[in-house]
Amino acid sequence: MSEFLRQFMIVDIFVTNFGTLMQGLVFTFELAIVSMVFGTIFGVLLALGRSFGTRLLSWLCTAYIEIIRGTPLLAQLFILYFALPPYGIRLSAITVAFLGFTLNSAAYQAEYTRGSIEAVGEDQYMAAYSLGMSSWQTIIYVVLPQAIRWSIPAWTNELIYLLKSTSIAYVIGAPDLLTQGKFIASRNYQFFRVYLIVALIYLVIVLAAARLIGKIEKKIEIPGFGYTKNQR
Amino acid sequence: MSDKPLLRIINLKKRFGDKVVLDGISFDLNKGETKVIIGPSGTGKSTLLKSINRLVVPDEGEIWLGDTEIVRCKNINAIRQQIGYVFQDFGLFNHLTALENVMIGLTKVKKIPKKEALERARYELNRVGLSGIEDLYPAQLSGGQKQRVAIARALAMDPKLMLFDEPTSALDPELIGEVLAVMQELAESNMTMLVVSHEMGFARSVSDEIIFIEDGKIVEQAPPEKMFKDPENPRTREFLFKLSELYGEG
Repeated sequence: MSEFLRQFMIVDIFVTNFGTLMQGLVFTFELAIVSMVFGTIFGVLLALGRSFGTRLLSWLCTAYIEIIRGTPLLAQLFILYFALPPYGIRLSAITVAFLGFTLNSAAYQAEYTRGSIEAVGEDQYMAAYSLGMSSWQTIIYVVLPQAIRWSIPAWTNELIYLLKSTSIAYVIGAPDLLTQGKFIASRNYQFFRVYLIVALIYLVIVLAAARLIGKIEKKIEIPGFGYTKNQR
Repeated sequence: MSDKPLLRIINLKKRFGDKVVLDGISFDLNKGETKVIIGPSGTGKSTLLKSINRLVVPDEGEIWLGDTEIVRCKNINAIRQQIGYVFQDFGLFNHLTALENVMIGLTKVKKIPKKEALERARYELNRVGLSGIEDLYPAQLSGGQKQRVAIARALAMDPKLMLFDEPTSALDPELIGEVLAVMQELAESNMTMLVVSHEMGFARSVSDEIIFIEDGKIVEQAPPEKMFKDPENPRTREFLFKLSELYGEG
C-alpha cells in the first residue's frame, strides 16, 4: 500500500484512544447544549428587551448584542480568561468556555428572535388587545409563541454552529474534542490521522444533530408556519 | 338608566397629521339595535370603530359605554372585554387551533377554568355552525370559516356590544353568505351591533338604521326603508346608486 493511503488508516488510533476522544466528545456536547439552552433563554430576553422594553432597556440590549456580534469570539474568550484575573475574577477554563459561548450565542439568538418577533403581524396584536389582553399577556400568549416557531430553523443552524465552534475552546485549554485530539497527537505524533478522526467525529455528530432536529421540527409543526414542508 | 343608550358617541374627532379622519361624529346605539355604517373608503369608518375599542385614541370627544367613558378611562382592558371586535382580516391567532382561539380570551383574560372554557368554546363554535373543525389551525380554514371562528371568539366573551369592521370584504363572494347568516342570527337574538359594511342586502333586512359617513362627518342617518327609498341628501343618493351598481340590488 502506498504511503499516502496508509495515512488514512485510522481505525487502530481511534480504538486505542477511544476513551479520551469520548471524554472530549461528551464535553463538546455539554458545552454546545448548555450554551444553546442558556443562550436561547438569555437571547429571547434580550430580544424582548430590545423590541418591547423602555428606551433605556432597549438601548442596553442593543448595545450588548452589537458589541458581542461586533467582536471576535476568540477575543471574548481571551478577555474572560486572561483579562479578568488582575481584577480578582479567576475563572477556570471550563467556566470561561460555558460562560463565553452562552453570552456569545445569546447575542446571535436575540437577533434571530427579534426578526421573528417582527414577523408577527399587527393584526395579531389588535386581535389580542380587542379581547382585553394587556401588553404583557399579548407578548406572552400571542407574540412569543409565534416568534419562537419562526425561530426554529435559525436555532437549528445555531446548534450546528455551536457543535463545531466550541472547538475554539481549545485555545484556553477547555477539554473539548479538539483539545483531546491535540493531546493524543502530541503523544503519538500522528497529527494528520488524529485530526482526521476528530473531523469525522464532528461530521457525524453534526449530521445526526441536523436529522434529529428535523424530526423534532416535524413533530411540533403547525400548519401556516414558515418551516412547514407539507403545507396545504 | 334604562333609557340611556348602550353606546353614545359625542363629537368624536381624530386627525392623522393634516388629514382629518373623524370630524365631529355623534350618534347613539340602543341596546339590541343594529346600525350599519356605510361610506366611501378612507372616510373614517374603521377609525370610528377602532376608537370605540380605543385601538385608536381620538383627539376629542366622548364615547360612553353605558356609564363608562372610554376615551379617558383608566382600565381599557376591562372595557375591551365587553366589546366584541370582528376584523376585516379575521385576526385569528395563527399558532392556535380554532378551539384554542375561542378559549384563550376565556382562560387568560377572564381566568375561567379550562374545562368550563372548553365547553363554552365548543358551544360558540357550534353556534356559528363550525362543529367538527375545532382542531384545525387558521391556515387550514377557509375565509368564511375563519371569520366565523373570529365571531365565536368575540361572542364567547359575553360582549355587550359587537363591532364588525367590514367582516365580509376579504371573503370570496360564495363565502360571504355564511358569515352574513351568522350576523343576521345575532342581530335577531337582540345583540347590539355596529357594522361597517357595504352589504346592502344585510343592511336592508337587519339594521335599524344606516349611517352614511363621508369625510369624517355623518352625512345622513335613517332607517333603511327611508334611506333606500327617499334619501334626503343628494350625496347619499349618489353613493347608494353606485353601491347598487357595484353589488347589485342586494
